[in-house]
Amino acid sequence: MDLDSITIALRSFWTVWLALLFSGILVYAMWPGNRGKFEDASRIPLKEDGQEF
Amino acid sequence: MTSATLTPGAALGSQRVSEDVRYYEDAVRLFVIAAVFWGVVGFLAGTFIALQLAFPALNLGLEWTSFGRLRPVHTSAVIFAFGGNVLFATSLYSVQRTSRQFLFGGEGLAKFIFWNYNIFIVLAALSYVLGYTQGKEYAEPEWILDLYLTVVWVLYAIQFIGTVMTRRESHIYVANWFFMAFILTVAILHLGNNVNVPVSLTGLKSYPFVSGVQSAMVQWWYGHNAVGFFLTAGFLGIMYYFVPKRAERPVYSYRLSIVHFWTLIFLYIWAGPHHLHYTSLPDWAQTLGMTFSVMLWMPSWGGMINGIMTLSGAWDKLRTDPVLRFLVTSVAFYGMSTFEGPLMSVKPVNALSHYTDWTVGHVHSGALGWVAFISFGAIYYLVPVLWKRSQLYSLRLVSYHFWTATIGIVLYITAMWVSGIMQGLMWRAYDNLGFLQYSFVETVAAMHPFYVIRAMGGVLFVTGALIMVYNLWRTAKGDVRIEKPYATAPHKAAVGAA
Repeated sequence: MDLDSITIALRSFWTVWLALLFSGILVYAMWPGNRGKFEDASRIPLKEDGQEF
Repeated sequence: MTSATLTPGAALGSQRVSEDVRYYEDAVRLFVIAAVFWGVVGFLAGTFIALQLAFPALNLGLEWTSFGRLRPVHTSAVIFAFGGNVLFATSLYSVQRTSRQFLFGGEGLAKFIFWNYNIFIVLAALSYVLGYTQGKEYAEPEWILDLYLTVVWVLYAIQFIGTVMTRRESHIYVANWFFMAFILTVAILHLGNNVNVPVSLTGLKSYPFVSGVQSAMVQWWYGHNAVGFFLTAGFLGIMYYFVPKRAERPVYSYRLSIVHFWTLIFLYIWAGPHHLHYTSLPDWAQTLGMTFSVMLWMPSWGGMINGIMTLSGAWDKLRTDPVLRFLVTSVAFYGMSTFEGPLMSVKPVNALSHYTDWTVGHVHSGALGWVAFISFGAIYYLVPVLWKRSQLYSLRLVSYHFWTATIGIVLYITAMWVSGIMQGLMWRAYDNLGFLQYSFVETVAAMHPFYVIRAMGGVLFVTGALIMVYNLWRTAKGDVRIEKPYATAPHKAAVGAA
């Protein structure tokens, strides 16, 4: 099998790859250890606004 | 409410940078002024062409003022001139604050983008009136203007993404994800849909490189994602910054916002074929477009819940802060129109709705209710901050604007529902001998009253916008209207609202 045919074979499963990638994102978003990090992130807009040049 | 944002260096746990971060705002002010100006122009143009449909004499018998030429002036003015300037203003304002960094490329680059984008708008509008168009909806400007816009857009991408990359905040806030998706995808859409061959290098006329149904598919891949990434992702960026900011509380669920973002990105790009149901586009492609459109219910409603629930525990603010009311109502309209959209993409529903006024009504519930309302909310938030005023000239006038515009929208979309469904039903009615029951002109005559109602809705929407212009003008001058204030304590709110 040359590289071209491997590429073509893998590409035909693109929905699967995208679904896996999306599942990874879901796990990352819901991972209990990330909770604190995301709570901090949600407060970014509420920090003080600084000054204008 | 906004006075807190004017206090520089307030200690909120960001000592390291609180004193030395300074932001560029001159260009943001220009974008806000342009947004308000183009908003009024675009709403007026829309009302005028609505009246043309009701009273064809208003075409004035001139080619330059005919509906066919003024209609793209209206759509470009509201989407790209009003919406575009709002997106520039809000994105360049909020990216500095959420990145705690000044604009990459500086104020000069932002002003360059401002002038050239707005010159592009004027040139595009002139070209439509003079009869030059690619004939592609929302992609009307001819090839040379497309190249001009490409340069401006790339500079905008460099400025925005550069600011994010040089940020002093470790995390990229979700609003910036949405803005970046909007900027990158619009760039790709613009390039993909404008692969045209000019007839000559000295003339404006060009023809698309691909033809036939492929050309139609490219156009609606562009067209639907212009809705998805310009009018949705970009304005969701506004939602994720300005709703928490105005409500003074963090977004309901940051995790949901991450899922919201990626679901939207994964799904929207496939929905375009639903514009080509029952055409020569292969059936599988139509079904694919329909399926992905239906799946879009999930991110749409996830995002709507996230935006509206940000107010949970502070619902009284809806009564006491008309600016927040604009922002939250826009999210409700977002939920409503993104419920309707997937419904209309289902093939049997589309068989009735397509090519009728129902589509026009659907677009306007999204454009007026979602895009314009969230823009108004953001503009009402920004003007006192940018012009260094402690408050708006009048919150009561904001409320008048809100109700005038809301009644206008309701008139518009209900008229178009009735008119569109009637039109669809008349087109498919057969008599007992199997002949079509109505001629086309009979459907046009039957729609006349609804066209008049729609135009009245437009008049109300313009009126609301003019109230806003007056309010913002007085705010910028530093005036404060003597009026009954909104009570802030919940138990007094009922009295204040009475």
